Amino acid sequence: MPAFDLPTIWAFIIAFAIFAYVVMDGFDLGIGILFSWIPPGRERDTAMNTIAPVWDGNETWLVLGGGGLMAAFPLAYGTILSALYAPIVAMLLALIFRGVAFEFRWRDPRHRAWWDIAFSVGSIAAAFAQGVTLGALLQGIAVKGRTYAGGWFDWLQPFTVLVGVSLVCGYALLGSTWLIMKSEGTLQVRCYRLAVGLGIGTIVAIGAVSAATPFLSDVYWQRWFAWPQVLFTAQVPLLVAIATVVFFTSLKRRHHYTPFLMALLVFTLSLAGLGISLFPYVVPPSMTIWDAAAPAASLKFMLVGAVVIVPIILAYTGYSYWVFRGKTGPEGYH
Amino acid sequence: MLEAFDATLLARLQFAFTVSFHFIFPSFTIGLASYLAVLEALWLWTGRSVYLDLFKYWLKIFALVFGMGVVSGIVMAYQFGTNWSVFSDKAGPIVGPLMAYEVMTAFFLEAGFLGVMLFGMNRVGRGLHFAATLAVAVGTFISAFWILSANSWMQTPVGYTINQGGQFVPVDWLAIVFNPSFPYRLVHTVFAAYLTTALAVGAVGAWHLLRERANEGARVMFSMAMGMITVVAPLQILAGDQHGLNTLEHQPVKVMAMEGHFKSYPDGAPLVLFGWPDEAAGKNLFAVEIPKASSLILKHSLDAPLKGLDSVERKEWPPVAIVFWAFRIMVGLGMAMLALAAFSLLARVRHRLYEWKLLHLLALVMGPMGFVAVIAGWVTTEVGRQPYTVHGLLRTADSVSPLQAPAVAASLLAFVVVYFIVFGAGVFYILRLMSHSPHRGEEGPERGQPVRAAGITPAPAVPDALGSPGGGA
Repeated sequence: MPAFDLPTIWAFIIAFAIFAYVVMDGFDLGIGILFSWIPPGRERDTAMNTIAPVWDGNETWLVLGGGGLMAAFPLAYGTILSALYAPIVAMLLALIFRGVAFEFRWRDPRHRAWWDIAFSVGSIAAAFAQGVTLGALLQGIAVKGRTYAGGWFDWLQPFTVLVGVSLVCGYALLGSTWLIMKSEGTLQVRCYRLAVGLGIGTIVAIGAVSAATPFLSDVYWQRWFAWPQVLFTAQVPLLVAIATVVFFTSLKRRHHYTPFLMALLVFTLSLAGLGISLFPYVVPPSMTIWDAAAPAASLKFMLVGAVVIVPIILAYTGYSYWVFRGKTGPEGYH
Repeated sequence: MLEAFDATLLARLQFAFTVSFHFIFPSFTIGLASYLAVLEALWLWTGRSVYLDLFKYWLKIFALVFGMGVVSGIVMAYQFGTNWSVFSDKAGPIVGPLMAYEVMTAFFLEAGFLGVMLFGMNRVGRGLHFAATLAVAVGTFISAFWILSANSWMQTPVGYTINQGGQFVPVDWLAIVFNPSFPYRLVHTVFAAYLTTALAVGAVGAWHLLRERANEGARVMFSMAMGMITVVAPLQILAGDQHGLNTLEHQPVKVMAMEGHFKSYPDGAPLVLFGWPDEAAGKNLFAVEIPKASSLILKHSLDAPLKGLDSVERKEWPPVAIVFWAFRIMVGLGMAMLALAAFSLLARVRHRLYEWKLLHLLALVMGPMGFVAVIAGWVTTEVGRQPYTVHGLLRTADSVSPLQAPAVAASLLAFVVVYFIVFGAGVFYILRLMSHSPHRGEEGPERGQPVRAAGITPAPAVPDALGSPGGGA
């Protein structure tokens, strides 16, 4: 196994894109998931306004994840997406409904309630489909030759549904803590209350998924529990425990920023755990990143761009968040 | 008949449907972003409030169109994998990096500065806001650059070798990016986007001039749009001609289908104006032809020989009738645009630009025709590439995912239903915004308190604003 070759570098870049997507679109999908618990009018408008200037930037990371996967690991891209046809198509359709709702709800006050439902159901469905996709990937995908060899409902299993529900819960947690940070008054109070339940739900969900994963395959079991690796892997649940304590304490003390930061930390650790389970497989149980990698000429060509451009993207994304910093009110624009 | 709807055909229909719908939005945003940048620049330069009013008027429409472009575009980024997994595996090493560059250099730029452009006018200075508008406009162009490079490579593949896995391996990236058909396609498509936008803007201006001749905003937008068409329409016809010659050189079979040339003509090929290509019989029914004119256009000589579809095997033929008719729709509309350009130039010279109702009516009718021409052109070039995804190298039938027909049929149905509901509503909202006449002190994106962030909401305290022109409605 070469230590740090091009496919490995690209695996980390794609992982970073997925991470960026999950934490950024996570909180704006989360607000959609919570929409039914936020009363129409002032509070909903405020919640929407906190994400209106940034949501499509957030969603662009999903496009980079998809495009990057096609470019760097074309075999994996084709295999995963055709194996998970139904959840992927469902996610795309759900993202359409929630994406257009940002503009449409202001353009059509008479049907605003309708677009709010589209926003909320679309967000829930997209999050659930992403979770199912992740679960199905962990569970393993049947491959024969260079193509997918399973049926088109292989992805529907108790484990994948569990991961789907977990992700909906986790995104909602990110959304509620984002709103704690960005809002004031009744909406903030409501979100403090929601965050308690969602925090408990997320921790339980992480526990359940983590407990089930090692039983999916011996490889995962070895990865986590083999000596002396366990000394390293055990840090992940330990840090999750610490983050959980800080999270609930900060909720109790009504901190504005800490709950969101702790929720982000929990997500980061969960993704790190996922990396520990999967690496170096991109399509478990048979396809590694080296099997699926594009030729070196493709990876090099893109690496030049990624090294130069991604930091610039992060810089101006940071700038656009900074422009809209601080608390948000219901009276925006249009 | 039902067996004909196999998974491959359904996958093609789904791709054609989703990409055609998607293409409508960027072909509008590419032009509109540049138009907005020009309006803002004119406002900063001259200080005339009409430019700011128009900027805000079109910005609201831009926000809607852009949002629909984003969500329909995400579908495209994933559909290569869901429906064309074998294509992705084989052509991914070349097409993938080009699309990854599009995401990195264009999509993030657009999305990153769109928020500032839409909602930031009172949060950042005028200069910075203009920079954000420029960034979005430049982003739309960069996006066109990369995606058309990828598309052109599929039409005219160069700079590759093929490995044992059957994958296309890049050898010369410069040759790949600037492949033979790319410069022509880029110019032709960007001009098309500018024309499409100018026609739409011109139609909105014409509509309001018909109702209220003195409206300053309507006058300015109509004049700008007609000026743009007058300059670009002739250039576009020139670019299209050059693009056609390039296609003749690299994809002669496509041109045979476009021209409806079933037979070879050793001494001068006729230009088929109209006809009904009968593929099974291998001839045109009811054809109206101009003798030798096709050779004149394509070879610049009346007697130049031109090969026809009889010179290649039938399994290399694209669907002739579709290509033939799509091409005629595009060219016909191009000529109509040229006529509109000439008419408006005459009106301008006579100082009757804002008076001639017939001109305004014609501009109104031509409003949506840019979109029709763009789709027709797209169909011509994409269907004309069949039966290949990568021209001459990878067949469409060998590119498709191992999916069963019912799965693809279900997803196709879902896309059709969702697109018609969602984008149907979107088009309705856009038309409603366009039906409000531009006026002084246009509300535009930011409204309410300047220190507040984000959103597109009318202040709840003023419910009557909901129905007001250009307001929250």
